[in-house]
Amino acid sequence: MTAARLLSIAKRLGQTLPVLAGILVITFLLTRALPGDPAAYFAGPAADEKSIAEIRKSLGLDRSLPAQFLIYIGQLAKGDLGQSISTGQPVVTELFTRLPASLELTLAALTLSLLIAVPLGVLAATRPDTWVDHLCRFVVTAGVSLPTFFTGLALLYVFYYLLGWAPAPLGRLDIIVLPPTRITGFYTIDALLAGDFATFRAALAQLTLPATTLALFTLAPIARMTRGSMLQVLASDFVRTARAAGLPGRTVLFTYAFRNALLPVVTTLGMVFSFTLGANVLVEKVFAWPGIGSYAIEALTVSDYAAVQGFVLAMAILFVALNLLIDIAYTLIDPRIASEA
Amino acid sequence: MLARSEQTDPSAAAIATPPRKSWLGHVRYVLVSNPVTLFAFSLLLLILTAALIGPYIVPYDPLATLPGQQLKPPSWQHWFGTDQLGRDIFSRVVVAARLDLMLSVAAVALSFVIGSALGSVAGYYGGWVETVVGRVCDTIMAFPLFVLAMGIVAALGNTIENIIYATAIINLPFYARMARAEVSIRRNAGFVQAARLTGNGDWRILALQVFPNALPPMMVQVSLNLGWAILNAAGLSFIGLGVRPPTPEWGIMVAEGANYIISGEWWVALFPGLALMLAVFTFNLLGDGLRDIVDPQRRT
Repeated sequence: MTAARLLSIAKRLGQTLPVLAGILVITFLLTRALPGDPAAYFAGPAADEKSIAEIRKSLGLDRSLPAQFLIYIGQLAKGDLGQSISTGQPVVTELFTRLPASLELTLAALTLSLLIAVPLGVLAATRPDTWVDHLCRFVVTAGVSLPTFFTGLALLYVFYYLLGWAPAPLGRLDIIVLPPTRITGFYTIDALLAGDFATFRAALAQLTLPATTLALFTLAPIARMTRGSMLQVLASDFVRTARAAGLPGRTVLFTYAFRNALLPVVTTLGMVFSFTLGANVLVEKVFAWPGIGSYAIEALTVSDYAAVQGFVLAMAILFVALNLLIDIAYTLIDPRIASEA
Repeated sequence: MLARSEQTDPSAAAIATPPRKSWLGHVRYVLVSNPVTLFAFSLLLLILTAALIGPYIVPYDPLATLPGQQLKPPSWQHWFGTDQLGRDIFSRVVVAARLDLMLSVAAVALSFVIGSALGSVAGYYGGWVETVVGRVCDTIMAFPLFVLAMGIVAALGNTIENIIYATAIINLPFYARMARAEVSIRRNAGFVQAARLTGNGDWRILALQVFPNALPPMMVQVSLNLGWAILNAAGLSFIGLGVRPPTPEWGIMVAEGANYIISGEWWVALFPGLALMLAVFTFNLLGDGLRDIVDPQRRT
């Protein structure tokens, strides 16, 4: 790795700092924007005057807003997101036990949709105005119009009720199967690591429908971006030159066009992540998937605000981290960065 | 004053007629050459009709529970069947169009007005205004948008108005960024300098010269955004935020139907879901069609 690459990665890391600061300010404001007295909310419905006053003091609600912000940051630094009223557990613990479920679902869905969308986009771009192109356009427009929760229900009806191929939508594993020993927290990977293929198959069966639902949703933007940027690159001068020089079509398409077309796709993946993490919440609800999304929904229905705010913060940090990873990957694969700097 | 009106009037009259004719011609050309857009326009009419006169033409009261008619599959009496309380789903789906449209139109209108005002000012003046607006947009976009909407509704309180505000806030950056970009490329264009030389103030130039030029691409964004706003609002009510039962709304109706999908009563969730899909599909197609009219090069 060259110094130029290291420098641009360091620069990118530096850019996340103001973003993180902005996220902290907004989540802080959200916790203080609660209607009425936040202390009463955080104390819970059963609290009396004295415990409310205590909470008010411990949250620093009797002080100025900037001072409250510093207290909030101090608590975050200690990993304290407050207590969940409904379960009595610290919010951080709850989020960490449930995070792998959400991550496994999201990553499986993204992988699946990349595997389908990128080839589809390339095919559509190389054959404009043929049936492949029209199919791509139709899939893209239909895909963005489909409410995720509706797709999920439709898949459930067909594959669970009518065909009986899919297991009941009751979480990550059938009740009769024991979860594998926790290593990564991803049931499929843990089961493989333990060499337990029966559990792996059971976990995969539970994962298939929710992951497909989420993948269908993200398919559209990725296919659209791939097609657009492929078309642009294929019309560019260097591709024309490569063709004119008599390079074989396959080389032109993959070595020249595809590598360059991939870069804009990679950068716009950020928007796709944003949608995926949001849609993830809905899919988790449909399939009773025990991730952080369904945790937030349960918390919302009982007005468990500390849990909801913790969830929003966790999702935002996850989103920033995903974008950072993508950008670092981008720096590593982009051949132009080394010469630019 | 007199001199100015004399100056503008003849030129306005001369320009107004021919371009409008050719613009209409262009619209007709696009509609005819792209039957999909024509199809989208007819769908839009259908949805608007349902929203405007829906409550007066539906066969049943959307809130009335019919005794002994629970969970009946679609029939001639109940085209879309009945739900778990014996309410006519067809009537509920049609009546819900108004609320769903209202939610998304109000949210998109709010974010369009505020976002384009902020973005135009940022693009026109630059400097610290631009920095502040840019930072605010970046911070909003740093959240997964649906998750931020959940957080906002949870913080502000679980009401329909707050669903609108939340949807408006998460859409704001798109308009602000677009307006900023469109305005800043024109802030020193020839016609702006000419307007400045003839003594127009900054705000007048911004409102009458620069912003109208930024409008066409923004309208495309509005159309695409409407579909997304409907999805967003329906998603929020699907997880139990905003609209409360028994109010007919597509998202909440799908949520109610979700409990019956795995026991085979598909119609409870299917029809409101289809209506939702159709509405979003319509706005997306319209957006694509509008883009063809406004900017033929960006067709994808």
